[in-house]
Amino acid sequence: MRRLWPALLPLAFLGLWTLAVEQRWVTEGIIPSPLQVARSWQRWIFGSPVKSLSPYSGTWLAAVLYSSRRVLQGFLLAAAVGIPLGLFVGWNRLVARLVDPSIQLLRPVPITAWLPFAIAVFGIYDASALFLIGLGAFYPIVVNTTHGVRDTNLLLLRAARMMGAGEATILTKVVFRSALPSIFTGLRLGIGIAWTAVIVAEMIAVKSGLGYVLWDAYYVGRMDICVATMLSVGLLGFVSDRALQLLSRVVLKWRTLEAHA
Amino acid sequence: MSDRAVVELAEVWKVFDTGGRRVEALQAVSLAVARNEFAAILGPSGCGKSTLLNMVAGFDAPTRGSVLFDGEPVRAPDPRRAVVFQEPALFPWYTVLDNVTFGLRTRGLPAASYRARVEAFIEQVGLRGFEAHYPAELSGGMKQRVGIARVLVMEPDVLLMDEPFGSLDAQTRSLMQELLLSVWERHQQTVLFVTHDIEEALLLADSVSVMTARPGRIKKRLAVELPRPRSLEVTTSPFFNDLKREVLALIREESVKAAAYGPETR
Repeated sequence: MRRLWPALLPLAFLGLWTLAVEQRWVTEGIIPSPLQVARSWQRWIFGSPVKSLSPYSGTWLAAVLYSSRRVLQGFLLAAAVGIPLGLFVGWNRLVARLVDPSIQLLRPVPITAWLPFAIAVFGIYDASALFLIGLGAFYPIVVNTTHGVRDTNLLLLRAARMMGAGEATILTKVVFRSALPSIFTGLRLGIGIAWTAVIVAEMIAVKSGLGYVLWDAYYVGRMDICVATMLSVGLLGFVSDRALQLLSRVVLKWRTLEAHA
Repeated sequence: MSDRAVVELAEVWKVFDTGGRRVEALQAVSLAVARNEFAAILGPSGCGKSTLLNMVAGFDAPTRGSVLFDGEPVRAPDPRRAVVFQEPALFPWYTVLDNVTFGLRTRGLPAASYRARVEAFIEQVGLRGFEAHYPAELSGGMKQRVGIARVLVMEPDVLLMDEPFGSLDAQTRSLMQELLLSVWERHQQTVLFVTHDIEEALLLADSVSVMTARPGRIKKRLAVELPRPRSLEVTTSPFFNDLKREVLALIREESVKAAAYGPETR
């Protein structure tokens, strides 16, 4: 019973959904039942792409790989720019006064609003998608890194200085290490936004990946595939977040000890 | 005296300007610490004794007057003037060993050149077997021992200690005082030790400079002519008690003043 408890709500939801379709509370033929979704999803994953009549048969993995690759590339790009920039913005007042206003001014512009601009500049190519994903993930990473740097304990900085540490050593061995928990918070927020951005980008700016499948399936009235896509994205987002969490637990081992002390 | 002084403060004033409010922390403080001397600065809370130490460390600059180290004005922190803080101030992401070797690694020395020395110091402060532990796994006293070991391995010219045992419980504090005595008697490091604990100052130091309440001045400097090696037993000797009575009288005057004038003293 105890182990079933967390499954209770999803099961109830599935039951209600099935009932709604069977009792025709929802318009017939538009909303598929959970079972239909499961069957379509299975064919989408395991079906043979050649023999089948369905254009989706067996193409799931390819779509997943396209989207994952874009998320990973955009996310790594955002981290590669966001973490060093956040370190400098947090550490140096001059850099902060130069860069921070621009970041704060552009941050409220939703990445969806950047779509036309991205297509105009980069065309219907991967670059458009990478730009949107990277930009979306960049903000939380840079903001949280900056915040983490500014939170560095003054006493630890003094300790490093009296032991002869120069700016470079302090930045890499003290400030960066001290900001890491905050950086990981930024990374986790960033990868969540990256998954949002990849779907939006693939709906419009490129012709492959889960976002493209979602929009295409909607146009041809395949709501079963739409739902299966939604679930796939949710699953991938969950897995990538878990991976980051695991990584942070390994890297921040000293911190878990602190929590238990 | 200035020839042999490692640390020399001449007419040092420190004024803090916090939001338009001027606070005089130190007033014309002059002090010299000779090589191999264990000098204590004793004063009530908020008398500016930590400010004084921070200036010798190079964390803070005097408003007026000069702070000299080896005859040169102090401009920035330097590993030759190592600090033990009131809080352990260890790097929580490093193990005990990595914390102890931080200063040596920063200097870019090869591990082979200091391994034996590091091991000896870790042994001396009783941290053997804890090299791979993180600070979070240590007690307050052990953390402070790491804080001491990490500066001793750097072999600094002077050790600046800012109430290093202030946040420890009484029993641990006594143990740490004994430890510091044995370490000092072995290395005869020049020490500038700030404390508000009279017994601690008399037990450890060769000289005790008693400070006034804010604004801090040096009220009197006493020589503590107790034989070395010392141990905690010395605190029960009649001579120790005479000294203590003398210091107590000086301190009491100041505490009364602080209570009367200082709403901002902690």
